[in-house]
Amino acid sequence: MPDARTEILARVREALVGSAIDPVQTVAPRAATPVATRELVDLFAERVADYRAVVERCSAEDLEDRIAAALPAGQVIVPPGLSLRVPDAIVDDGTLTAAELDLIAAVVTEARVGIAETGTIVLDHTPDQGRRAISLVPDTHICIVREDQVVADVPEAIALLDPARPQTWISGPSATSDIELDRVEGVHGPRTLHVLITPPRDVTS
Amino acid sequence: MSGTFVGMPAFPEAAREALTDSQLRHNLAHATSTIRAKRAKVVAEVPDWEELRLAGAAVKERALLDLETQLVRLEETLTANGATVHWARDAAEANAIVAGIAKAHAATEVVKVKSMVTQEIGLNEALAEEGIAAWETDLAELIVQLGDDLPSHILVPAIHRNRAEIRDIFRSKMGAAGRPAPDDLTDEPAVLAAAAREHLREKFLRAKVGVSGANFAVAETGTLVVVESEGNGRMCLTLPEVLVSVVGIEKVVSRWEDLDPMLRLLPRSSTGERMNPYTSMWSGIAPGDGPQEVHVVLLDNGRTRALADEVGRQALRCIRCSACLNVCPVYERTGGHAYGSVYPGPIGAILNPLLKGVGHDEQTDSLPYASTLCGACFEVCPVRIDIPSVLVDQRAQVVDAHRGGVPKPEAMAMKGAAYVLGRSRRLSAVERLTGIGMRFARRFGPTAWTGARDLPDAPGESFRDWWLRTDGGRTDGGRNDDQKG
Repeated sequence: MPDARTEILARVREALVGSAIDPVQTVAPRAATPVATRELVDLFAERVADYRAVVERCSAEDLEDRIAAALPAGQVIVPPGLSLRVPDAIVDDGTLTAAELDLIAAVVTEARVGIAETGTIVLDHTPDQGRRAISLVPDTHICIVREDQVVADVPEAIALLDPARPQTWISGPSATSDIELDRVEGVHGPRTLHVLITPPRDVTS
Repeated sequence: MSGTFVGMPAFPEAAREALTDSQLRHNLAHATSTIRAKRAKVVAEVPDWEELRLAGAAVKERALLDLETQLVRLEETLTANGATVHWARDAAEANAIVAGIAKAHAATEVVKVKSMVTQEIGLNEALAEEGIAAWETDLAELIVQLGDDLPSHILVPAIHRNRAEIRDIFRSKMGAAGRPAPDDLTDEPAVLAAAAREHLREKFLRAKVGVSGANFAVAETGTLVVVESEGNGRMCLTLPEVLVSVVGIEKVVSRWEDLDPMLRLLPRSSTGERMNPYTSMWSGIAPGDGPQEVHVVLLDNGRTRALADEVGRQALRCIRCSACLNVCPVYERTGGHAYGSVYPGPIGAILNPLLKGVGHDEQTDSLPYASTLCGACFEVCPVRIDIPSVLVDQRAQVVDAHRGGVPKPEAMAMKGAAYVLGRSRRLSAVERLTGIGMRFARRFGPTAWTGARDLPDAPGESFRDWWLRTDGGRTDGGRNDDQKG
């Protein structure tokens, strides 16, 4: 008997005998969202808040104070490449186990892309965001998004992102609609998502 | 741990029983009307929705018509990214591969992301036979698993349960599976969700092996995508040391940018959200981040059979959004169990016969008839699967599969009709007998048909007789007394 791979590929070939690929490439339409950065950021903030995430806009100078105010009681973890200082935070060195992360109350990360139309934050887990587990297990996620990271819609985000990197697309806090399709925020992922939107780094530094 | 669809009766019989359950009908009507309204609202926000549907259909169609190349490419890129690729012709092969990986790590349990394909192959039952517990971690799947129940909806498998029923299941069953539900458990959805969080957390934190499906597999980059809401998916995809993903071969898309129309279409069609809370993407192994041993099982299990069907192959575009279930007048009344499969509703009515083939069992053969052909499913389908056309084609295939043996009643009726309609004298003779026939049918007719429908009264006079007598309505013909109003 041929191996499974050989047999499946042969079945595929046989199934498609006489079927030509349609040469027409249908291009997905772009969404008609505003293009000015200001409007995009406004829309982003509104759409993130729609998911019942906490959204605040602040200057770079205020950022550390806002983070301090947003942190719940308990231990905080930050990724190794976070561009600002969070007092008393544990800097992740990749050694904490899932059970140890479960004892940590909050995480502060940056982000790669914000999508205005859908209110989505994309993490690609570079050192300013850290490995996936640290932004998953603690119950509060404070996420810093710069205004120049906000794009209009999904196509712009896809074009910017590197598929080689693991990614987490986050649209609001963890939620479920499994009971009578009644939306409840907060199941397994962080139950509090706190998004801080700040001006571009080069403008303020 | 959970029930089985094996041995389910044919659709008409199962539907009849479901229709007598008024609690079920109430739960379903509430749930489907809620989600229909949510979907309609967010779809209306997208000005180019129809163009987006065309793009989504094209992405899937292109990959399917070039499937051999795409699968070989996917295997190459996954392997280059550090993943191990396995191929499985059928459910048994896929289950054996997953069990083998779990055993190689001496795992006695695995945590699972909600996945249609692992239900299709009966993975949980197969692992249980090997002494491995498979914990469902999606809230609705947990409700189904703890309740020893069957899923009845693609997106919301416990759609047939209301909050009070769920509270009872959690109270009585959670203790045996791990951390029990708190004593003060109420039927508030937020309280029930919190109980599930506590119950499952210990399982996430200790799990060595995670099992998932995938919503999309990108051939060009070797990327798998899982779309979810609760974060249980992220837990299963991130915390275990070993990750096994069972992926149907139809999940492949060619290019990275092909994810764009799909990720805009799926959440709006499925949960009625602009975007689902969490989408995870991974391309093999990320050093120092997440599972450091990654397996992908590419599964056929009837998909190549469906691919060979030129009309039906479009069903393989399906992205399991479940929009067609929520708009289907038949599904809304019968619920998902009557379809006897993990794939219920309009898509199930075509996908099951396509995957399994017709002419083998009565249950599968009954599914293409579980529809009124109203077409609502085609209108909402984000990848434009023309479900009504495939249903009609599948009906023809079911009839063809039964030629030669004892003909089915429909075939007899059609043959009779052909004979009668072939000659006008035969038709008028039969018209005169219709009244007697109807009375006979009402008393002795097949109850499966007449039980659910009103048989109309036969007119006192046929149209052709009336035309002759009245000269096409120009005279009263002298007799008008027994015409029904």
